[in-house]
Amino acid sequence: MYKIAVIGSPDTVIGFKALGLETYPAADCEETRSAFRHIEASSDDYAVVYVEEWAAAYLSAEIDRYKNSVRPAIITIPGREGATGAGLAALHEAVRRAVGADIL
Amino acid sequence: MAVKTITPTRMELTRLKARLKTATRGHKLLKDKRDELMRQFLEIVRRNKELRTRVDEGLAAANRALTVASSVMSPEMLEQALLYPKQRVELDMTYQNVMSVHVPVYHYSVQNTGASNIYPYAFAQTSGELDNALEALSKVFADMIELAQVEKTMQLLADEIEKTRRRVNALEYVLIPEMQTNIRYISMKLEENDRSTKVRLMKIKDMILEEKYHNT
Repeated sequence: MYKIAVIGSPDTVIGFKALGLETYPAADCEETRSAFRHIEASSDDYAVVYVEEWAAAYLSAEIDRYKNSVRPAIITIPGREGATGAGLAALHEAVRRAVGADIL
Repeated sequence: MAVKTITPTRMELTRLKARLKTATRGHKLLKDKRDELMRQFLEIVRRNKELRTRVDEGLAAANRALTVASSVMSPEMLEQALLYPKQRVELDMTYQNVMSVHVPVYHYSVQNTGASNIYPYAFAQTSGELDNALEALSKVFADMIELAQVEKTMQLLADEIEKTRRRVNALEYVLIPEMQTNIRYISMKLEENDRSTKVRLMKIKDMILEEKYHNT
């Protein structure tokens, strides 16, 4: 059995907490990093990590590292200020890598 | 090319021909694999796009509701209400084999410790907006899990396609042409050797005949 983690600003993750996910509230770059390190330390437990878009910007190196491993799947989700297109950027990146050109 | 380093022998020629045959078959197989992976990948990408828009919209709605709730209630109250979650989500992961790429398939189960609803608080001290927010969140949650699955599948497939494409290209544009030139080089060299042996024999025969003619 695996767990699901959510990294994001405190008022966004609070809702996920009620759903029963593991939440890691973070307000700035440093807190985001330490939250991710915490997850990484027990990465065998987590299958999915949702990261809020602004936090994902700080974690791009870490996210790239887990791109080709099966677990954990790191997924960006839009934060309170709405979708900024960071999620679709990952999609375009994958298409570019596979096809050689962005065909979408 | 590498023509200079090979030895023009019949054995080498046989070996090269066998290798060329294997390479050609491998190239064909890899090309088929690439095409099928690409088809699956594009399907996944379409699904991902669709889910991404749904999740974005759903989360935006949930966040809106949560913002309203936090403006109606005091932050302390909000935190207190959600402090101890009533349900727990457990995720089980199995693997699916897509063209020998192992992609994850998630199954999640919700363990609810209380009654049938998801609200971890009593209704007396909280506002109705918070209920709406949580409901919106739990509605979008199923899509979020599927999005995670689809996005991971997409990344793994993209990696595999890239690798396969490189292999196909290496075979098609480097390995196979090189072997073909080498084979041509060897067979021409062997023919040349044959001809020169023949000419030499004829010459010797002429010399012997001439000698005999002079002696008699």
